[in-house]
Amino acid sequence: MSNLIGLSYTMLTIAFIFYCVATIFFFVAVTGRSFRNRTPEQHARLFGRLGYAAVVIGFLLHAVFIGVRWYVGGHIPTSNMFEFMQFLGFAMTLAFLVIYLIYRIPLIGMFVMPISVIIIAYAAVFPREVTPLIPALQSYWLQIHVTTAALGEGAFAIGFAGGLMYLLRTVNASEKSASAAWLEFVMWVVFSLIAFIVLVFYFQFIGYQAVFKAPFQTPTGQVVESEIKYHMPPIAGPKGGQLLTVDKMKPWFEAPGFMKGNQAARKFNTFIWSVVGGTLLYVVTRLALRRRVSSLAGRLVRHLDPDLADEISYRAVAIGFPIFTLGALIFAMIWAHEAWGRFWGWDPKEVWALITWLFYSAYLHLRLSRGWHGKKSAWMVVIGFIIVMFNLVFVNLVISGLHTYA
Amino acid sequence: MLEKVKCECGHANPVGTMLCESCGAPLVSESKGRKLDMRYEGAARRSQTFQRTFVDRIWNFFSSVRNAVIMIVITLIASAIGTIFPQERYIPVPKPAEQFYPEAYGWFGLIYYKLGLHNLYSSWWYIALLLGIGISLVVCSLDRVVPLYRALKKQRVKRDRKFLQIQKVSAELELNGRDGDGLLEVLGRSLEKKRYHVRREQNTLLGEKGRFSRWGPYINHVGLIIFLIGCLMRLIPGFYLDQYVWVREGQTVPVPETNYYIKNESFIKEYYQDNEFPEKLDLDGLVVKEYKTKAVLYKNENAEIPGAEPKLTEVARHDIEVNHPLEYEGLRLIQSGEEENKLQALNLRLIDTATGQHLGDIKLDLLSPPTEIKVNDQVKVQVLQYFPDFALDERKKPITKTTEPNNPAFIVNTISPKTPNGEKQWVFLGSTLTADGKPPVVTYEFEKPDLVDVSGLMVRKDKSLPVVFFGSGVCMIGLIMGFYWQHRRIWFQIDGDKLLVAAHTNKNWFGIKREIVKVLEENGYQISAAQLEKEDKKRE
Repeated sequence: MSNLIGLSYTMLTIAFIFYCVATIFFFVAVTGRSFRNRTPEQHARLFGRLGYAAVVIGFLLHAVFIGVRWYVGGHIPTSNMFEFMQFLGFAMTLAFLVIYLIYRIPLIGMFVMPISVIIIAYAAVFPREVTPLIPALQSYWLQIHVTTAALGEGAFAIGFAGGLMYLLRTVNASEKSASAAWLEFVMWVVFSLIAFIVLVFYFQFIGYQAVFKAPFQTPTGQVVESEIKYHMPPIAGPKGGQLLTVDKMKPWFEAPGFMKGNQAARKFNTFIWSVVGGTLLYVVTRLALRRRVSSLAGRLVRHLDPDLADEISYRAVAIGFPIFTLGALIFAMIWAHEAWGRFWGWDPKEVWALITWLFYSAYLHLRLSRGWHGKKSAWMVVIGFIIVMFNLVFVNLVISGLHTYA
Repeated sequence: MLEKVKCECGHANPVGTMLCESCGAPLVSESKGRKLDMRYEGAARRSQTFQRTFVDRIWNFFSSVRNAVIMIVITLIASAIGTIFPQERYIPVPKPAEQFYPEAYGWFGLIYYKLGLHNLYSSWWYIALLLGIGISLVVCSLDRVVPLYRALKKQRVKRDRKFLQIQKVSAELELNGRDGDGLLEVLGRSLEKKRYHVRREQNTLLGEKGRFSRWGPYINHVGLIIFLIGCLMRLIPGFYLDQYVWVREGQTVPVPETNYYIKNESFIKEYYQDNEFPEKLDLDGLVVKEYKTKAVLYKNENAEIPGAEPKLTEVARHDIEVNHPLEYEGLRLIQSGEEENKLQALNLRLIDTATGQHLGDIKLDLLSPPTEIKVNDQVKVQVLQYFPDFALDERKKPITKTTEPNNPAFIVNTISPKTPNGEKQWVFLGSTLTADGKPPVVTYEFEKPDLVDVSGLMVRKDKSLPVVFFGSGVCMIGLIMGFYWQHRRIWFQIDGDKLLVAAHTNKNWFGIKREIVKVLEENGYQISAAQLEKEDKKRE
């Protein structure tokens, strides 16, 4: 059993490497148009094909990983944060494979595959072991509901990539405008996410650990002493915390008292690290480039027809919306009806799925009926995907509810 | 009756029409710019035509997509606010809301509570928003679907030249001496190969496919309306039952608000074993694998007869597990809670205090306590009073707080050879007390009490459920129709020595352009997709 699990992790790692290689191929397809003695079209076709082939191989290996883990674990690997996030990366890759067949533009790969790579790397930040299923999750709806919802969200990710491409292509980054500034902000968020993943892996690799003892107020109002393990050097320590580990850095300050929950201070500390790391990464890049990061990214997409980017983005949302409705709302309601006795209970996760759905329906109405094309529409898909990620990450980790196990 | 607008082609259009229903010529003056509004085929809509009476104003408000989107966005923001703190029903501790919010979240929690945000989703204004969106769904759909249906039904093949020129996709190609009639013939065949429905009228060819996808949004909206009606139906008395029942092992209790009784034969709680996982896990504590209630459902045949003793017949038997409720004729019992090791009965040994002689054993059932227990021929115990949840009130009088045996207390009277007139004493949980505080003649010693598990079952009946899920299904069909098919139309028109090409689709312009390029290529015209769009249109 355990060597099968080990094999499956190897599969995932190789799949991950293939996704990275595909990203590089797509990058070369887009940037190296004037390489050697080929015409730009030939060049783009060749590297586009190589990239696509790499994605297909990675995708198949990824599917093997899911299959093996399903077999060994006895349930589909979508039941905890690691499993769900890697599955989301899988769904995004699938959505990309479909959309690429329609449009055959390497640029899509250059934008979508890095998102998949980041999502899968982010998945690996969480504990990777196969965890037992609590009774509420023991249902075949776990397979149906979670996979369809993830597929819809994967399509929304392509919509996000298309919107981002459109904005990078049309917004003049050297200009002083709100759009340019916000676009730069989006770049900074991406940098912070990358910094977060890199830092987690670095400290995991060196095996850092600092243990605190701190009072913690349970929801019932009792105050208990609890042990909090930091896996990153504590910049912000827990309120009233006492460092138990010797020769580890002392916290610079204590986390503010309004942050509730046993692990709040630790999460806050990780957040500080990510923001600082992301900012540092951003500043260094910016100094090296001597201009805004989005203007460099804008150069990559300068040959793109903005109307096409707009259409790809809309098309992806149009494909994803019915799937999302089915998976995240209708199947969710049927399952909730079976497991919890009501099809709708205003649990935070349910509410955020509704918010996502309402947001995308507002987008569709504005686009189809009020003629919101181009820049407005592109900003909406970017915000829409931020809402999706908020629901998947923040609502699970911070807001407590019936879905907090996932 | 309002005056009709007459087009150059002679067709009389209703007031408010943008494009002639018959030939498609623009009816609004050209000075307004060349921007073409092909939505709903330029047909007149009620909301844009009548704007006088009060009813018209209401109609106009709800028929506006802009207003609908504003309502959607407000609902969205409100919903998000409702997740900042848990709603009242999800408060994790048994505390009143006015106490919980400020204690747990400080002044912000107090404001949250004062604004009523702890019950946001059932507040009148939130429900009003949902209703507003519902009304808007009905009105928007009616306002658009009728004229759209008319326009598409009446659509003629031959269109005004201007109509073709103002399409987003339009081009003019030279005939170069080719026979126009023959060209339309072969173009029509190419379109048919691509599964277009082709019609011809004089010098014009219309290829059309996927018109049904235009009805997708309306079907989807009808589905949503049915869904919302289903949700409202729960307000009808008898349509929705939301109850809860606790059943002890071995106990049979009435299911609230029904004619049924439920028996808990046994309750099982199972944990995962360490060897069940493929990898070593660092779990804090145990993980539950299963909650199961072996349940039997009975029907009370005497339910209709007032005052009659219940006469129970078994109707269903099921192991209720999470995700596997007991279902019987629309009634559902769902595994939802459990309490382990609740007191069921006290087991006592009677001892002669002076000699230490064992006089016998008794069992005091806490749910249905006996009035008298005969221990043997000489000894009997009378239960004079029973307090399941013992406490003292302000005047130090014994009372029971609830009917649950949380803190049982008995007053018993022991009749034995040494106490022929009886000896009264209190029996508490783990201790006894005589009236005068002196040691009793007969001592009660505590044995291990009987403990049972209690299973908490949700009781549900929801007659609106088929409506709700039917609505969801209709909504899905509409979404699939609308998003996975497109309504595509391609016009070819011979005009002198020119071939006019125009096309319209409600989505996926990339796809339709590619199709036109292919069709033209098959018939001897090399043209790129970019050439199908005029430069001035691109800039818009």
